[in-house]
Amino acid sequence: MTELSINHFLEGDGVDTEREKIIGQHIGYRYDVNLVPDMDRCTPFLTKYMKIMGWSDLNWLEDVHMGYEEGRPAVFDRNINGWVTIPEDIDLPDNQQDRDMIARELLVKFQMATGHPMVDLRKAYEKFS
Amino acid sequence: MGSVTTSHDMGLHEEQLAGRTQQMYFSATAEENFTYPWSYEVDYANSAEFDAADLSISEINLKIRELMKSGHGSITVLNPRAKHSLGVGILNRLNLTFEGSLGYFGCGLIDGPNVHITGRVGWSCAENMMAGTVVIEKNAGSLFGAAIRGGDLVCRGQAGARVGIDQKGGTIIVGDSVGAFTGFMMQRGRMIILGDAGDNLGDSMYDGTIYVAGKIASLGVDCVETELTDLDKKYLKGKLELYAMQAPNGIDSMVKLTSGKQLWNYDNLEPTEKKLVL
Repeated sequence: MTELSINHFLEGDGVDTEREKIIGQHIGYRYDVNLVPDMDRCTPFLTKYMKIMGWSDLNWLEDVHMGYEEGRPAVFDRNINGWVTIPEDIDLPDNQQDRDMIARELLVKFQMATGHPMVDLRKAYEKFS
Repeated sequence: MGSVTTSHDMGLHEEQLAGRTQQMYFSATAEENFTYPWSYEVDYANSAEFDAADLSISEINLKIRELMKSGHGSITVLNPRAKHSLGVGILNRLNLTFEGSLGYFGCGLIDGPNVHITGRVGWSCAENMMAGTVVIEKNAGSLFGAAIRGGDLVCRGQAGARVGIDQKGGTIIVGDSVGAFTGFMMQRGRMIILGDAGDNLGDSMYDGTIYVAGKIASLGVDCVETELTDLDKKYLKGKLELYAMQAPNGIDSMVKLTSGKQLWNYDNLEPTEKKLVL
């Protein structure tokens, strides 16, 4: 994964190897799931979030990365089991570490918003109020 | 509380699902919220404690919930007496301390709290944990952190077999040795073992990273050693310092293990299946 261009999955569909061409789809993730975060690149928003939660590092956000789905930058939201597209007006940095930090920040904002789908799903299906 | 008809009344069954991607856009300028809309407003400075010796499992868990509802952000449970399923399903920021040991399935399915357990834990502690921290001062049973998805899970002592089985994220740290089949079917996340590892470490792991400081009895299928990078070392240093732990022979001597990806062959079957169908 590391030898690929940072925009590899934005410029193409990731169907590169013979095996992938046979089955017509990319095999594996479209980002390096094992990339550990560089805390020096943490954003002020994430620092504030960590402080409020009582954490000294990114905690669960260590596993959040900017991915690339259907040719667009996106972040996977485990609470809705789906990809959420990054707004087009956000400039993407030229490295995965900074992109990951943007994805983490946006995911927290999305998950904690009152308009998140989980709010309605809880109203509809929650067992304990 | 939701009912059978609530979801229909809300129109949740009218939308037709199509495609894999949910085309939702962030409102990046939205008001900043740092906790779930449904979470309780708690203050870490507002503390409470109660004696669980004569309470049932349900009563203890309900008591914790009631204290959160009333704004308590730091809760201490005295005399948990190794009861099972304590501290489960907490989806809130909270400092929770158990003065004693927990039985099976302690602190499962949590999303956010910082839990401190002064004693030991039984099987499957913090299974399916989503976020937060769980620190155990003594030993842990088998299946420690089974299917964990996020957060930090720390055992300062030894842990049993199948630590982090089916791990899907998060970081598991064990201060001493771990048993056989640790990291079995690991899918992602990180595991840091500061002692020895038993047989078949990382067997059938699909992805994720295992760092080991001690001796490894044997590696499982498709678990291979890879280069420990400077970023790995920086990460390990930061993570271990958080919990005042250290590798016995230094971080530089630790071994990094990842998936050899030789088991990534299920896609090979797809063309065959398509031909059979066609």
